[in-house]
Amino acid sequence: MSISTPLSLRSNLDWLLRAASLGCALTAAVVLLLILLFLTQASWPLLQQPASLLGASWQPANGLFGLQAMLGASLLSSLLALLLAVPAGLLVSIWLIFYAPAAVARVYGAMLGLMASIPSVVYGLWGLVVLVPLLGAWLPPGASLLAAGIVLALMILPLLMVQADVALRESARRHLPAALCLGVSPWSAIRRVLLPAAWPRLWPAILLQLGRALGETMAVLMVAGNVVQWPGSPFAPVRTLTANIALEMSYATGPHLQALYLSGWLLLVLALLLMALARLYGSRT
Amino acid sequence: MNRREAWRARALGLLALVLMLAPLSLLWTVFGDGIGVLDWQFLLAEPEQAGRSGGIGPIIVSTALVLLICMSLAVPLGLGTALFLVEQVRPEGRLNLTLQWALDGLGAVPSVVFGLFGYRLFVVELGWGYSLLAGGCTLACMVLPLFIRGCEQALRDCPQSYRQAAASLAISRVGYLRRILLPFAAPGIAAALVLSAGRALAETAVLLFTAGYVMRWPESLFDSGRTLAVHIYDLAMNVSGGSPASAATALVLLGFALVIQLLAWQIGKRPLSFAR
Amino acid sequence: MISRNLIALACTTLLLSACAPQDKQTITLSGSSTIAPLMVEIGKRFETQHPDVRVDVQAGGTSRGIQDARSGLAAIGMASRSLHADERDLVPYTIAQDGIAMIVHASNPLDGISSEQVVALYTGKLSDWSDLGGAAGQVVKVHKAEGHSTLELFLQHFGLDNAEVHPDLVIGDNQQGIKSVAGNPLAIGYVSIGSAEYEVKLGAPIKLLALDGQAASTAALLAGQYPLSRELNLVVNGEPDANTRALLAFAQSSEVADLVDQHAFIPAL
Repeated sequence: MSISTPLSLRSNLDWLLRAASLGCALTAAVVLLLILLFLTQASWPLLQQPASLLGASWQPANGLFGLQAMLGASLLSSLLALLLAVPAGLLVSIWLIFYAPAAVARVYGAMLGLMASIPSVVYGLWGLVVLVPLLGAWLPPGASLLAAGIVLALMILPLLMVQADVALRESARRHLPAALCLGVSPWSAIRRVLLPAAWPRLWPAILLQLGRALGETMAVLMVAGNVVQWPGSPFAPVRTLTANIALEMSYATGPHLQALYLSGWLLLVLALLLMALARLYGSRT
Repeated sequence: MNRREAWRARALGLLALVLMLAPLSLLWTVFGDGIGVLDWQFLLAEPEQAGRSGGIGPIIVSTALVLLICMSLAVPLGLGTALFLVEQVRPEGRLNLTLQWALDGLGAVPSVVFGLFGYRLFVVELGWGYSLLAGGCTLACMVLPLFIRGCEQALRDCPQSYRQAAASLAISRVGYLRRILLPFAAPGIAAALVLSAGRALAETAVLLFTAGYVMRWPESLFDSGRTLAVHIYDLAMNVSGGSPASAATALVLLGFALVIQLLAWQIGKRPLSFAR
Repeated sequence: MISRNLIALACTTLLLSACAPQDKQTITLSGSSTIAPLMVEIGKRFETQHPDVRVDVQAGGTSRGIQDARSGLAAIGMASRSLHADERDLVPYTIAQDGIAMIVHASNPLDGISSEQVVALYTGKLSDWSDLGGAAGQVVKVHKAEGHSTLELFLQHFGLDNAEVHPDLVIGDNQQGIKSVAGNPLAIGYVSIGSAEYEVKLGAPIKLLALDGQAASTAALLAGQYPLSRELNLVVNGEPDANTRALLAFAQSSEVADLVDQHAFIPAL
């Protein structure tokens, strides 16, 4: 590409520029390495005894650092968020592209932009003030897996819809005229042709949003109730790995602190795996 | 057939409306609770009684300082990296591939992990304590991939013909950068800058571990200071009767976020491009 | 171009000016969230007398305060209990006395609770307010996260093992506990008496329950009748410098007795 037209490396300044920009690029890579290194080092003593980490009970005072229930809660709340956000987001994206009047679609798009710029802590505030009491009046205690799922779903919805919009428009541009020529209804064309054609581009977007949901801390901390347990129902309170770190970080010492670093390490590994999956999936298509 | 289609359109429209209920309720709550507290005094005064009364003056200053540190680190580093990726490396080379993976990896790291990292490196190992400096540096690491991606896109948008023209005139690389590439990409870079600042502004978890809780007027970069997002969290979770002040602070933060969004859109004509 | 240079200049000046006043000494305190609000006020008053000192207070938990005092991250640690046997390397300065109260929402008809009821509630043997003589409704039990001396004292006093406790909500700071109970008519929790009375004065809709017939109040604590009491300490590692010593003496002096009183603690004598 750009490199195909080489500019002459004339002055020392050019070499300086090259060296400086290489330095910058390496710094960015080194930061990631440093993060991996620091977290691994900080959680190393506990990493050597993986059996104790799979236990169900989290009692730092008694030296029990079972992360199982919290890992489960992290995965469950993120998956619940996807379950809520993906179908709704896709359907509404379809409505915006194919059915809604142009003016309405534009206003809706602006609203989504606004939604995307709302900081997560404000979603948490809303969840705490409005959502949790609402759920609590229905089935106490209110702060629950479901509340966390809903707040996370709202958080990932706007970006998910933007990416779905791009993918669906692209697939409509390619396939819609041909499909309509065959005489099928618009709806079946969307369902049978456009969506399957858009999936390869939707998958990486969904995986990235899953990563975002897994990593979200404050909004979840504020609405999930933070009890370490496997939830018996969506209305039971849970504590995610991220919430655990934020909740106990300022009190932890010794092995307890190592266990929190380990929670972070686990999150990091999960996030990197998801990213790798999304990239592999994205590059194959 | 047609009636069925119309019915579907209506059902989907209804779903779209239902989806908007939550953000509308959010805006309604934040406005309803916060607007009564919000005035000039609130923006300028020092918080009192753990933030129940008084204002958020020092918190706005702390937020601005953290953002300033964050961006003054991220901008040179990010711009340099983007220049390297676009100008100095073969697209199919191993170095480029490694860097791309590293950047995507860095972009995928959850913010709370950045918090742990920043706490260990800046607060403990380097001995800065809970400070604006530690917070700003950690945030810089966090927004770096986002900013690099934005810059990279802006630089790649520069037409190939400009490059060829520059080559035919035997302009040096530095000259090409200064006179042609950077001026051309400036709006895109500015948009990336603004969006990165927006993400840093919204961050809470990272700052909880690195910049601390103190809500006083910061006097040096080594002082601890809380940002707007941390203040909202603290008031909402830890201070009974703190909800009105929390909502008012949220309103201020929303205002800043909106301004940033509009700015980025105006400059770059690229809304929502801060998707990770 | 000129305007751009001006902006750059302004930014640099701002950064530099922010760096400049390094001659002030900062005394950092970290630890117990029970003591933190009081120390913020004491710190402010101390600063008016010593303009060259800045007092920064970070709320955490007692164990964090002890760790930070040991590692030197904080000059003074705050511990809302007496020091354990393995913590004798630190020097405690008692500044006040406090207790732990069971609290419920102000609309709750209950006025008192017995130790057996508390144990039965937190171990899940009782789960409805009607079992305790209140209106029907499932009890929402608010519990503390690990690392707090309040939790330690609570478990120790009621002879509970944290593994048997089945809470509905787990919180960090005292303030967070009060906020959770104030926001939920079905909740019960336990927090520092001082913090609770202070919040009640500020209008939080909570009620302190009498424990085993002893009213939970500063007065009862002062008379030595209330069973769940503890001391609030500032701890330092080694020999503190002059200003830190001055702050420690100031926090124990009668000059701050009104602040201690205002936070509903009992000044140490």
